[in-house]
Amino acid sequence: MNDRHDILPAGRHAPRWHTILGWITLLAFVGAQATGFAISAPDRDMGHLQKIMYVHVPAAWMAMIAFFVVFIVSLIYLWRRDERYDLLAAAAAEVGVVLTALTLALGSIWGRATWGIWWTWDPRLTTTAILLVIYAGYLALRAFAEEPERRARWSAAVGILGFLNVPIVYMSVRWWRTIHQVQSSPSTVDSAYVLGLRLNAIAFLLLFLYLLAIRYHASRAERVAEARLEEAALMGGIHV
Amino acid sequence: MRTDTPPEARSRAPEDPAIPAVEVSGIARRFGRRWALRGVSLRVRPGEVVALLGGNGSGKTTLLRILSTALRPTRGEGKVYGFDLRRDADAIRERIGVLGHAPGLYGDLTAAENLAFALRMEGRDADPAAIRAALETVGLATVAGERARTFSAGMQRRLALARVMLRRPALVLLDEPYASFDVKGIELVNAFLAELKAAGHAAIVSTHDLPRASGVADRVIEIVDGVAIERESLRNGATAETVGADSESMEEQVAR
Amino acid sequence: MSLRREVGRAAAVAWKDLTAERRTKANFNAVVFLAVLILLLFGFALGPDAEALRAAAAGVLWLTVLFGGVLAFNRSYQLELENGALEALLLYPGDRKAIFLGKVVANLAFVLLVEALVVPLAAILYDLPLLRPLPGLAGVLLLGTFGFVVLGTFYAAMASRVRAREVLLPLLLFPMLIPVLVAAVEATAALLVGDPMGESGAWVRLLAVFDLIFFVASVLAFEYVIEE
Repeated sequence: MNDRHDILPAGRHAPRWHTILGWITLLAFVGAQATGFAISAPDRDMGHLQKIMYVHVPAAWMAMIAFFVVFIVSLIYLWRRDERYDLLAAAAAEVGVVLTALTLALGSIWGRATWGIWWTWDPRLTTTAILLVIYAGYLALRAFAEEPERRARWSAAVGILGFLNVPIVYMSVRWWRTIHQVQSSPSTVDSAYVLGLRLNAIAFLLLFLYLLAIRYHASRAERVAEARLEEAALMGGIHV
Repeated sequence: MRTDTPPEARSRAPEDPAIPAVEVSGIARRFGRRWALRGVSLRVRPGEVVALLGGNGSGKTTLLRILSTALRPTRGEGKVYGFDLRRDADAIRERIGVLGHAPGLYGDLTAAENLAFALRMEGRDADPAAIRAALETVGLATVAGERARTFSAGMQRRLALARVMLRRPALVLLDEPYASFDVKGIELVNAFLAELKAAGHAAIVSTHDLPRASGVADRVIEIVDGVAIERESLRNGATAETVGADSESMEEQVAR
Repeated sequence: MSLRREVGRAAAVAWKDLTAERRTKANFNAVVFLAVLILLLFGFALGPDAEALRAAAAGVLWLTVLFGGVLAFNRSYQLELENGALEALLLYPGDRKAIFLGKVVANLAFVLLVEALVVPLAAILYDLPLLRPLPGLAGVLLLGTFGFVVLGTFYAAMASRVRAREVLLPLLLFPMLIPVLVAAVEATAALLVGDPMGESGAWVRLLAVFDLIFFVASVLAFEYVIEE
């Protein structure tokens, strides 16, 4: 596959702003985490473990935003039929799935340390788990539907319906827990933590944008390379 | 774009003879990395029957599927009776009949039920008299109440042909009708094509069996390397070849 | 094409699916036997204490419907895929929505018929009172099944046409059905004990909202997924 290098787009390195964004993200993270550790005292009950919240909560927020991006961009794709929107939606879904898995893992660890159990059927955690499966299904569908135009249409439909379900799932699980009078998990956040949370939220937003940008760029580069090969096949009758 | 003419009136009257039945240019279609068609251009006028030649895998079926709106072209433009392939697909579907490779029938329905279903899907009433007449024409009247699953391949093809006949389409696309058809079926196809010509309608018949088609066909077009080439001479049996005015060279198409 | 004609087209599709199914019965029998088997397996897994079984009955019933019924959806497209009939189906002029509605109606009839056999059997195996809660129960079954069938028909339009269809359909469909499962089970469980706290109403409303939202979304999105 050495010949591929000859037909990559001229700017085959990532655009400048990716690199800059990457560095800013890293700095933001370091800053946010350091601030978090510095300004907030260890929690009464949980010690430093409470600082998992600095990663768990922003990751959860970003996962939600990621899937919202999938939702909006999928709608735009069905309207415009420009495959770049499909690639962007897929990139957002991938990042979303990673962030969701991270959210769940951290939430689980925190729960284990706090209450001694790995899982609670807490509405937010449960909804997050379901979101993970929904968008893992989205990615699985993309893996099986290879033809690009069909894959884009199908992904858009699945991405839109999946997101529509989020509020409904959340409501159902909340009522379900209330009916069975299960204690809600304490979700109070000490005011001392708020600044740290906000800084980490910004850092995570930057991380999300960065990952989205580089993932999208990778998909685009792949697609452009394929397009070049298609042209070659079209003109020269090459069967690649 | 949808037309609102009632289904009965639609494909009966011949279309305006000034509008070509088919007019496409630069049609290309890709499957993965393989280009099945590289830039097909052709024009079919009302009243013409065109034989489409080409070996296996030459792209004949792909072209017919694109003309029937079952498949979108990757590149290129096309119109059927003035309606755009991409934008006015529904209007095109009202005017065409397709006899595809696969019969497209429901094995568990009877012959009559298959036709009734087709009529109802077109928004028409399932008129038993019309169904009976169509089955008689193709020689399946005696098995009208039998399930299509029990039919031979030839009988299934004839049923599919009956379905096309019922539509009285302005353009008929036949994919290898002479293959897997019994003798009676072949006669039926040719009779049907003759009727179409007389009514001012049009047909494209893909085949790799030229002798059978040359009786009815007005023109012969061959798909070579994904491009359409007019074969004036093959109709007359001579060996010299003419490149038709309708086909552009590949370079011209890619430049566009 | 006018609305009346589109309804006629939908009716034709529903008629076609149901007629084909009625003639072979192969799928119906298989699904019913599978559902019976699932009920028995749950019994063995959770029993034999009658109290425990009765408490779990609502959940068992709905899981049985889901696991058994999911087989119906891919099959409904199998008819078309076998003989290249799908392409022929898409070549008729008119709105794709009619095809979707026809298939939903046919699948709904299929699954409801399966439930008509399975629910009484569950009542016997798990010692459930069926007569008094029947009207409410029928409503819950109808609403829950509707949501199930609408989404099942929608996702199967895609899953049935790719390689790992038996896995992909549940993977896509079941996460979407969790609200239906929760609401239907809770409402059913409440009704089976006489609904002392009047909870079933709230769950039924949730089911209705869910059904409405996803019916509209699926109908609108279907034409994008059914094309080649």
